[in-house]
Amino acid sequence: MSRHTLSVLVEDKPGVLARVASLFSRRGFNIESLAVGPTELPEVSRMTIVVNVDRLPLEQVTKQLNKLINVLKIVELEEETSVQREIMLVKVKANLDTRSHILETVQLFRAKVVDVSTDAVTIEATGAHDKLEALLRVLEPFGVTELVKSGLVAVGRGSRSISERSLRPVDRSA
Amino acid sequence: MGEQITGAESLVKSLEAAEAEVVFGIPGGAILPAYDPLMDSTKVRHVLVRHEQAGGHAAEGYAAATGRVGVCMATSGPGATNLVTPIADAHMDSVPMVAITGQVPSAAIGTDAFQEADIRGITMPITKHNYLVTNPDEIPQAVAEAFHLAASGRPGPVLVDVSKDALQATTEFHWPTEVNMPGYHPTTRPHSKQIREAARAILASRQPVLYVGGGVIRAGATQSLRRFAELTGIPVVTTLMARGAFPDSHPQHLGMPGMHGTVAAVGALQKSDLLITLGARFDDRVTGKLSTFAPRASVIHADIDPAEIGKNRHADIPIVGDLAEVIPELVTAVEAELGEGAAPDYADWWGQLNRLRETYPLGYDLPDDGTLSPQYVIERLGKISGPDSIYAAGVGQHQMWAAQFIGYEHPGTWLNSGGLGTMGYAVPAAMGAKVGRPDTTVWAVDGDGCFQMTNQELATCAINNIPIKVALINNSSLGMVRQWQTLFYNERYSNTDLHSHSFPDFVKLAEAYGCHGLQATSAEEVDGIIEKAMGINDAPVVIDFRVHKDAMVWPMVAAGTSNDDIMVARAMAPEWGSDD
Repeated sequence: MSRHTLSVLVEDKPGVLARVASLFSRRGFNIESLAVGPTELPEVSRMTIVVNVDRLPLEQVTKQLNKLINVLKIVELEEETSVQREIMLVKVKANLDTRSHILETVQLFRAKVVDVSTDAVTIEATGAHDKLEALLRVLEPFGVTELVKSGLVAVGRGSRSISERSLRPVDRSA
Repeated sequence: MGEQITGAESLVKSLEAAEAEVVFGIPGGAILPAYDPLMDSTKVRHVLVRHEQAGGHAAEGYAAATGRVGVCMATSGPGATNLVTPIADAHMDSVPMVAITGQVPSAAIGTDAFQEADIRGITMPITKHNYLVTNPDEIPQAVAEAFHLAASGRPGPVLVDVSKDALQATTEFHWPTEVNMPGYHPTTRPHSKQIREAARAILASRQPVLYVGGGVIRAGATQSLRRFAELTGIPVVTTLMARGAFPDSHPQHLGMPGMHGTVAAVGALQKSDLLITLGARFDDRVTGKLSTFAPRASVIHADIDPAEIGKNRHADIPIVGDLAEVIPELVTAVEAELGEGAAPDYADWWGQLNRLRETYPLGYDLPDDGTLSPQYVIERLGKISGPDSIYAAGVGQHQMWAAQFIGYEHPGTWLNSGGLGTMGYAVPAAMGAKVGRPDTTVWAVDGDGCFQMTNQELATCAINNIPIKVALINNSSLGMVRQWQTLFYNERYSNTDLHSHSFPDFVKLAEAYGCHGLQATSAEEVDGIIEKAMGINDAPVVIDFRVHKDAMVWPMVAAGTSNDDIMVARAMAPEWGSDD
């Protein structure tokens, strides 16, 4: 099993998220993360889906996804050739003794403190999956009381756009 | 400004514009506005069925017999959910079908209103696509897209759910001149490189088999299949869904592969070095245990649906395209190779296959106690009614016997529920087929279990002058399940005895529905009673054939086992002979 990041361009129609999500569940795949939002094109939304799955079943899922009428294009983004980001908000216990240590960690990871109270700080961090995992590991000893993460979003490096024809979609033909 | 009409009128005009000639349905609260203008339509005939499930299967039968899009209609909630089975059935067997359902008024959607069901959500995994229309202006576009989607590419069911307020509101009717869906572009034209590669592989193979599936029938490619088969001399097997795609009388036809296939067809696939797969999908009922299926064969897999290719079995040469284009291109490519001196020699291969075919023909034993053999009844029916009739089967033993012992010569003459295995398919599907092809003799070959799931449609047939004929293979039990209990559950017959030699009285039942009811209990009566039924055309006929209940379907590959372990009869395995 390995992690794969799929960028799926879909028509912005009601029910499209349910159609896509149910295809994954029907095949018994867990979606690790999912982010949906608008694109530079009106009426087109982009889903970034991270799944942990073997190559062969992934091919079957992308083919099935391609059969959905509202799906326009599917591209798999490789880690090396794309920029991948998640955002994380994490609430950590903090008292007078630990606060400075926490702030140091925040700086090391180029994260931000977005809220402070007498006994906690809330930290915002953006980055690739591994970086956020690393930050979390360092914060855990202080006591994480709440954690929320966005789905991963990703974009290919270079000048080409996913909506151009030149990018080969995943296995549309065979 | 155009003419102001209601959404309901727009829906009926849309059905007319889509050239729907018949709709099978039942009205109810939410769809009621549509039934008012439907009453005035001179182009669209509505057949009032007795249960929505039957309306769906009738639409399927109509579609399978005519190649056109079948249409069914139901109201919201239970009306719509009753369509779920035929929709799933059409999805599995790639039947072009449009289902129109009424939905509660848009303001009530999501409130658990009376007769509300989220039918769009429910049918998402079993439709090719579906729509919820709440704006009356969008009705024509949705209907046009639905018909286009149902009929093109890999055919399938499309559902259009229309809210009651959209049917009642005022709108203008504009039929779209073209349907353009940015996310829907089925590949119909095969890649020429793949075609050339396939042609070379075919001519280089020594033990090829044409593994033909229902896609060949859906694509209307049976003539070119025959041309291709005769050009190459390659043996042909036709799956359950492909019966009729290639004439059973043709010397190159080895019959049906799969769980109840012929030894020759199953053996050909197992020993093959090249499967030329056309519109088939390596279903578990064909492959048996997948890891031991056709172990030495390379695979050419041609299908219009790229998701079928490589799904169950790796394809060495994948070809995505419409078989109506793929097969003629294969013919041309093979002709070119032959012109350059390629000379395939399949004599050894045919030697092996003919040995299997001659040693293990399909057959059956007559019951020792003198009771009626179900296989004999079905065999005689096929002989007497002939290959120009249409046969719609239910699901179970009678279905397998009808696939085995009736000779099919033409596409669209064998209708059955292959993928989903829906008991109750036969009577309504026969009804739909008869509506679509009124001049053809249409038989429902049904079991007593299946028949009792949808036989209420005899009323629909009697009232609407749809004179189908029903050959009821009445073994008084759920025969296929009973067969498994005999073979795998130590003859413990848990809940498979239907007592249908006592209840109901099928002759009286038929008569109560305004049909002719006949009965046969011995072999001597069979021919005469079939001929009698053939002569009746003023009303539907039901023949209650009271048959032996211990008859079994053979050959058989037990579920989950290898095709190599096919049994010709109980505890009797074939001798495969040498592999050279």
